[in-house]
Amino acid sequence: MTTDRPDPSRTAAGHPGSSRAAGGTGDPGRAARPGPPGGAAFTVGLIVNPVAGIGGPAGLKGSDGAGVQLEALARGASPRAGERAALAVRALLARRPDTRIVTVAGPMGEDSVRAAGGVPELLRLAPGDPSSPRDTTAAVEAMRDVDLLLFAGGDGTARDVLDGSPSCPVLGVPAGVKVYSGCFAVSPAAAGTTAAEFGRDAGRAGSTGSPTSTGGTGSTLAAEVVDLDEDAYRSGRVSPLLYGTLRVPAARARLSGRKVGSSAAAPGSAEAIAREVAARMRPGVRYVLGPGATTMAVGRLLGLDTTLLGVDVVQDGELVAADVTERRLLGLVEGHETCAVLSVIGGQGFVLGRGNQQIGPAVLKKIMASGGLLVLATQQKLAGLGGRPLLADTGDPEADALVAGHVSVITGHRESAVYRIRPATEEFTA
Amino acid sequence: MSGHAGEPFAELPVAPKPRLRRFHQARWDEPIIFEQSRPGRRGIAVPAPGVPAVELPDTVRRAEPPRLPEMSQLHVLRHYVRLSQENLGVDQAIAVGQGTCTMKYSPKVNDRFVTDPKVAELHPLQPDDTVQGVLEIYWRLERMLAEISGMHRVSLQPASGSAAIYANVAMIRAYHASRGEGERRDQVITTMFSHPSNAACAKTAGYEVITLMPDENGCPDIEALRAAVGPRTAALMITNPEDTGIFNPRIAEFVALVHEAGGLACYDQANANGLLGVTRAADAGFDLCHFNLHKTFSTPHACGGPAAGASGVSEALAPFLPGPTVEFDGSRYHLDADRPLSVGKMRPFLGVTPNVVRAYAWIMALGAAGLREVAETAVLNNNYLMHRILQIKGASAPWGRNRLEQVRYSWQELSEETGVHSEEIGVRAADFGVHYWTSHHPYVVPEPFTLEPTESYSKEDLDEYAAILEHVADEARRDPGLVKGAPYNQTVHRIDPSSLDDPERWSPTWRAYTRKHLS
Repeated sequence: MTTDRPDPSRTAAGHPGSSRAAGGTGDPGRAARPGPPGGAAFTVGLIVNPVAGIGGPAGLKGSDGAGVQLEALARGASPRAGERAALAVRALLARRPDTRIVTVAGPMGEDSVRAAGGVPELLRLAPGDPSSPRDTTAAVEAMRDVDLLLFAGGDGTARDVLDGSPSCPVLGVPAGVKVYSGCFAVSPAAAGTTAAEFGRDAGRAGSTGSPTSTGGTGSTLAAEVVDLDEDAYRSGRVSPLLYGTLRVPAARARLSGRKVGSSAAAPGSAEAIAREVAARMRPGVRYVLGPGATTMAVGRLLGLDTTLLGVDVVQDGELVAADVTERRLLGLVEGHETCAVLSVIGGQGFVLGRGNQQIGPAVLKKIMASGGLLVLATQQKLAGLGGRPLLADTGDPEADALVAGHVSVITGHRESAVYRIRPATEEFTA
Repeated sequence: MSGHAGEPFAELPVAPKPRLRRFHQARWDEPIIFEQSRPGRRGIAVPAPGVPAVELPDTVRRAEPPRLPEMSQLHVLRHYVRLSQENLGVDQAIAVGQGTCTMKYSPKVNDRFVTDPKVAELHPLQPDDTVQGVLEIYWRLERMLAEISGMHRVSLQPASGSAAIYANVAMIRAYHASRGEGERRDQVITTMFSHPSNAACAKTAGYEVITLMPDENGCPDIEALRAAVGPRTAALMITNPEDTGIFNPRIAEFVALVHEAGGLACYDQANANGLLGVTRAADAGFDLCHFNLHKTFSTPHACGGPAAGASGVSEALAPFLPGPTVEFDGSRYHLDADRPLSVGKMRPFLGVTPNVVRAYAWIMALGAAGLREVAETAVLNNNYLMHRILQIKGASAPWGRNRLEQVRYSWQELSEETGVHSEEIGVRAADFGVHYWTSHHPYVVPEPFTLEPTESYSKEDLDEYAAILEHVADEARRDPGLVKGAPYNQTVHRIDPSSLDDPERWSPTWRAYTRKHLS
């Protein structure tokens, strides 16, 4: 499925002021500007994709690729990501003035920190001019000892961050055209506030006092990174792909306004859903586990080494096959009662045809003729669809029509919802 | 303190008030009453009894005296007056912001009735012959609630709304069991915007819960119900109007679909404020319903109890009612505990008698026409407030203006513009002396807030409330940090709610607090 992703060799458009090399402050390298005596206990890394979002105002539905970025500039667009990052930094410093901010020279972060009145510590890294996704990935790799990584961009930037395998929790400052991934705060200011909240206890009780203390930061959740194929999006087709998950701060606005517990939104939900799936599993039936954090939890509960991004087959508590291709899956389904266990792509509602193309039309027809579908989503995720239906798009209208109607969505242990599912072609042409 | 120079009202003998109140909540830093206890301190020096001491058997004798706080009268009074000053309630605030809680005025005269010794000094174990008066009130209130709901019988035993919902689930379970279908019918269907107690009670009673999500009109998706009902359906448990304030126009179809599948239909009428005298649960075919006497019939909410709930059932379900029931043979009232199909007691004794008396007095004072006027006024007030709220830039009402007694609004537009969240707006609103509530979880409406004015509030109250929200929304645009830093004028700044989710730390009693935090 990840083979569908666009060529990552896109490059950023030229950017005024980006010619300063790393160490433009005269302080070479990472620890050039040490924190206050005793070490600031909360360290945040900041990476800005300077051209994120540039295509949006220009009506280009995204900013991936140098050609699009040049076109956007030609249409009179000006980069906004740096400004939005500065808003986040300002909100962060207002709450935690002692936060150390490690970033990249020039428009990839330094400019935003300075604009927010902060003093950046610069990585020993010389981004290209214009900067590229490779620079983002390299910066992530260089930030091995921060408590939280803030990045400003969109879904494309989130993928680049994911490619760098960040070692700490990540939080996105929404600055792109496509912001469908679960790792973004709702606004730049909210990103700064959430970051400050996440580091609230850093440096207090339990802190080691080291410059990279991890003592006392908040709890985290897994959030899915999705991205759209922009060329398809420009031609009117929405086709988000699931690329993986990032750890994000679990903190949400929890003030005195609450009246009831938010158990449906609690981090335990994936486990509760997995328990219900396990309880519904019948002997002799093959279960096709689609990609995603929720289906992964099913595998974990069964004690099986299932994959996050691949399609796996389990039966009677055993892993029959992991990360199968469509052809292999067709063979595994043949002659067996089979049920597909699928999660919902956050924000979009795709159940079939995004991230799980291995469950192609032929496989789906066999599944619908025997065990059918088990769809998994938290109530929160269903609520986030805002009343829009779940979507199926295997590429074969005949197969998609088989699932059209209402489907049972497992939302917790002994809890489900009944939710509308439609072929995507109908939904987008209606 | 004199007015500032140049203020237009400086010359008036009595200064006019500003548009928004310069509210400040009391902050007493009041210790818990147990912390104020001093050994030997007393409110009353009780004289020696003058009767011989009686040897009690060890089985009824306490090994240690109870650790009650020891205080003087003044200090007890002062403690509770201070706590009351650190509170926000209907008696001093415009309490329209606790949408779905239905905060209405509880007439003080009804408190006089329940503090009368004839009520206050009743003992629950008195023989029936000595409590004919209170039994008559129970019986008459039951008949009035049966008339209001169209139901055959009503139990006043549940001590809260959720206890009434649980009583209804227990009766649903007993009904199906009596027909040999208890095992097979193991699913309860509810809706996203019904009160979460419906799902919670069903689950507590052992049912699997199926939730219907709203359709594009904000009502539960009837096609989803069609897909959900079947031989496993025990019941539909639904609120209408839901928490959005939208009345489901197809409610009779919902009930019919469930009946066709052999299930029961249970109406959460905790808040019947938009419906009193207008429509009835039985008219839509429901088999069970419940009222919260504290939401609809003006008894105090009582901060988690004891409140009072009323469970109403059709004739077919009447044998399963909690007991004992109050019966009348034409001349005398008595308790009937000999009901073999009853689900049993929901609580000890009859019910929360003071609230039953208050609700009875409230209904008697209003009469049938008055009850309908309550509903009409509540709906009118709500629609006036909605008109005012929707004039505020950044506020919206998803699914349009067709609402009864409450509205779940959204600050999505304001939040996207300013980064300020609904919870934060609510906390800032408290700086002006009013309540504000968002929504149950999960948030279906983004950045939600739920307002419900009931019949109690005046046009001026609603104007003031809307002006507060308009002011805070304006602050969010001008200075989001100001709103996010609120409250400034409250008893406490922020509380850490995390202990509410942590059994190691939560402490509903002083004894638990001592054990978990002080030992």
